Amino acid sequence: MTASAPAPAPSPLVDVQGLVKHFPGERGLFGLGRPRAAVRAVDGVSFAIAPGQTLGLVGESGCGKSTVGRTMLRLIEPDRGRVTIDGQDVGALKARALRALRRRMQIVFQDPYGSLNPRMTVRQMLAEPLAIHGIARGADAGQRVAALLEEVGLDPSFAASYAHELSGGQRQRVGIARALSVEPQFLVLDEPVSALDVSVQAQVLNLLTDLQQRRRLTYLFIAHDLAVVKHIADHVAVMYLGKIIERAPAPALYARPRHPYTTSLLSAVPVPDPKAQHERIVLVGEVPSPAHPPSGCPFHPRCPHPRKNDRCRTDPPPLREIAPGQLAACHFAEDPL
Amino acid sequence: MTEPLLRVRDLKTYFVTEHGSGTARAVDGVTFDVLPGETLGIVGESGCGKTVTSLSILRLIPEPPGHILPGSFIEFEGRNLLTLDPRELRAIRGNRIAMIFQEPMTSLNPVFTVGDQIAEAAIVHHQVSRRAARSRAIEMLRLVGIPDPDERVDHYPHQMSGGMRQRVMIAMALVCRPQLLIADEPTTALDVTIQAQILELIDRLQAELGMAVLLITHDLGIVAGSADRVVVMYAGQVVEQAPTATLFARPLHPYTEGLLASVPRLDAPPARARGRLRSIPGQVPAATAWPEGCRFHPRCPYAWDRCRAEEPPLLDAGGEPGTHAVRCWLLTDPRRRTPHP
Repeated sequence: MTASAPAPAPSPLVDVQGLVKHFPGERGLFGLGRPRAAVRAVDGVSFAIAPGQTLGLVGESGCGKSTVGRTMLRLIEPDRGRVTIDGQDVGALKARALRALRRRMQIVFQDPYGSLNPRMTVRQMLAEPLAIHGIARGADAGQRVAALLEEVGLDPSFAASYAHELSGGQRQRVGIARALSVEPQFLVLDEPVSALDVSVQAQVLNLLTDLQQRRRLTYLFIAHDLAVVKHIADHVAVMYLGKIIERAPAPALYARPRHPYTTSLLSAVPVPDPKAQHERIVLVGEVPSPAHPPSGCPFHPRCPHPRKNDRCRTDPPPLREIAPGQLAACHFAEDPL
Repeated sequence: MTEPLLRVRDLKTYFVTEHGSGTARAVDGVTFDVLPGETLGIVGESGCGKTVTSLSILRLIPEPPGHILPGSFIEFEGRNLLTLDPRELRAIRGNRIAMIFQEPMTSLNPVFTVGDQIAEAAIVHHQVSRRAARSRAIEMLRLVGIPDPDERVDHYPHQMSGGMRQRVMIAMALVCRPQLLIADEPTTALDVTIQAQILELIDRLQAELGMAVLLITHDLGIVAGSADRVVVMYAGQVVEQAPTATLFARPLHPYTEGLLASVPRLDAPPARARGRLRSIPGQVPAATAWPEGCRFHPRCPYAWDRCRAEEPPLLDAGGEPGTHAVRCWLLTDPRRRTPHP
């Protein structure tokens, strides 16, 4: 365990150090020509999550947040970096040991339509991981499936249903039940509520909160919606172009963001109260391509900070501690927007 | 009192379902007005009928399986759009009423330059020359904030990002200076920083061009920031209608109330930020089988016998007459506004 990680009281269950994943650029038509520049999806990401806590990983499309979740479980092989779960180095494991470790870490995907097999009943989908990991078979598995469905708020009669017979919220509950079936300690939740309507979204968020308390689960909650993350996360990390640009305990990050990108993101979220309409910071331009990140600070071309200068264009600001537990990668983090 | 620009009365748009399992009553008796220059927000969740309402206004409902029922009435600038012949309708569509859609990727034609696509409407509706249309296209690209419009005019949609394509869509919609812009989830596919740009752009253009906007969205935050008045839809019907400030300050329909309470809020006080959200139990019913009585009753914490048996009409909620209407029996018996255990 690294001593440099900002240590919350207990030692972290999940520890990520220097995670890097670059996707090679494709060649042109017919595989001829020079390959395009590599996409730096994840470019040196570090964080730790204490047992029973939730880290919210937020950012806009293409910032690399989903790739972080997938490389942690080795659904995608990272190029560099070290991921440990409960002290075990995930990267060092051979196939068999990795499969054993997968019992302890699971993932729930965003799209409850694409992530369930349309040709399997709910019972088959939930019983399969039980059989693979040698947890239960036959009547025993049937009982466990019924208990899982009840735990995620579905009537056990849903076991006979196919995915297409379920609503979006029900499917997402099945996705959660499937992840829970092997009794993991750690869940990667990759935009688990963004495809859902707001009334159903609240149901699923409440379910995730209840399950976390009941089973003492540790979550990596990946999302683009800062309001949702505020509701569920203990700590928040904000990504931009493959890097974490700010990381802090949630109350500190929302009360006093230190990076101008975090400030801008927060100010862009529409607030459902006509009386609370504030001056939005509208960022100019768009997110640059992760194949050609800007020099210096990756955010400098869009940065609204009045003190932005040549240094921002040349020197990449390191992620450094500004206040207790709050890290930001900005030269002017002491003087936030 | 200002004469409405658009008057929708008892609009019913039904679809015959594929397996003959019944008729989906997607829009089932919708009534509202849009005043000149205002923004009317229509909010609701998937399947509430908000998109079908907007498509019905432009008569873009595929028939079959869909059809607009006799008795429905949509009046724009004094004419009933539902009885116009196709030629008359084409003169209005894309000209006096324009529409932008959620998905800027699929609503642009990939084989034409963005300049050609913007110019087309000007050529068709205003009979301008190609040259003049091209310079109108460049002017529109500048208006919607696309850098280097002289160069971008010759680009194809795939050469642009999602945010840029949505700007192009807006340029296309506005080239003929419409009186009414229908924006159906115009920012749902975009990231939050780009969404802020597009919303600001629509607000600015509305002020500059003096058009009315019918803003269709599921996001109550967007409505709070942009709309003058709000129509809340549930199960094919208008369930509440009010000026924006009134709706957020005093939501009266239990569905509106539940919807507002279930949104995770960035401005929640720290003590309330963590913890349980209020949610609406159950889910939106299917359009082939709306519940009897009040369509919200199976999910409503206040429902009693009357709600299960009798469908409530839109009732006036007081305040300035005709401004706040609610489809709920609670208005006749306010003492019942205490949730069942």
